[in-house]
Amino acid sequence: MRTALMIAAAILSTAAWAEREHERDRGRDMPATTNAKWKAECSSCHMAYPPALLPERSWRKLMGGLDRHFGENAGLDAATAAEITSFLAANAADRNGGRRGAKMMTGIGSPDVPLRITETPYFRRKHREVNPAVFKRAAIASPANCAACHAGAESGSFSEHDVRIPR
Amino acid sequence: MKKTLFIMLCLAAALPAAAASPQQILDAYAAEAKKANPAFKSFSAEKGRAFYVAKQGATGRAASCSTCHTEDPKAGGRHAKTGKDIRPLAPSANAERLSDAAKVEKWFGRNCNDVLGRACTAQEKGDFMSYLMSVR
Repeated sequence: MRTALMIAAAILSTAAWAEREHERDRGRDMPATTNAKWKAECSSCHMAYPPALLPERSWRKLMGGLDRHFGENAGLDAATAAEITSFLAANAADRNGGRRGAKMMTGIGSPDVPLRITETPYFRRKHREVNPAVFKRAAIASPANCAACHAGAESGSFSEHDVRIPR
Repeated sequence: MKKTLFIMLCLAAALPAAAASPQQILDAYAAEAKKANPAFKSFSAEKGRAFYVAKQGATGRAASCSTCHTEDPKAGGRHAKTGKDIRPLAPSANAERLSDAAKVEKWFGRNCNDVLGRACTAQEKGDFMSYLMSVR
């Protein structure tokens, strides 16, 4: 009887520990303090991607060409663009990007300046098992639509446990 | 003098971002339209509606405002490329719309360029706004 209780207690505490670990994972890929303008401006056409998903040089180049942003005009006034650029640069994959940032940098050569998160070696490796046709499903539309499958994407959680691929 | 300036700055900082009524923003475009064309009389919701759905081929892909915003400005739309939801454009369905002059100007700046391949005139902006404001 006592043994059974001890086993039950052990199972419960392990479950609680796993839950805490999971909680800690949540939002890990977002800086502790974010920027209101980054959130408002970037998320008006797509998710506000966490700065840890690209190197600093990529963010600088991207922010320098907003008037031709992947074929669309996403121009901002100079002050807003400068504020967002500093936020992205300070928390970029190779600056203050934490564990995800370090992983993101693997495979990006020093002369490389990737502009699409979806074309980085890390992204490709992590999504290798996803058939390209899946990304074209109506509910997903594009591999850039993180939140279609990663429910916690907007708060910086890309944990595999939370992935639900819509039909 | 310094004190007055300080008080004025405090007042300015305390004001909400740039809250305006759609009518105030429309009036500013009317003033601009009159400047560009002294014969300007008024805006037309009818012309705005035609403009909203007209397909433009300027950038190689036939697109209209309604491509992303749908034919019904009271309905939510979807970004053609990213799949991101777009909240309704008509103020009757989304009170945030047409309430910030800088935001209105920013989106005309971007979207006119993307859809028409040029900037919109004050007349076009006013007609467009009048149409959105007429949708109940």
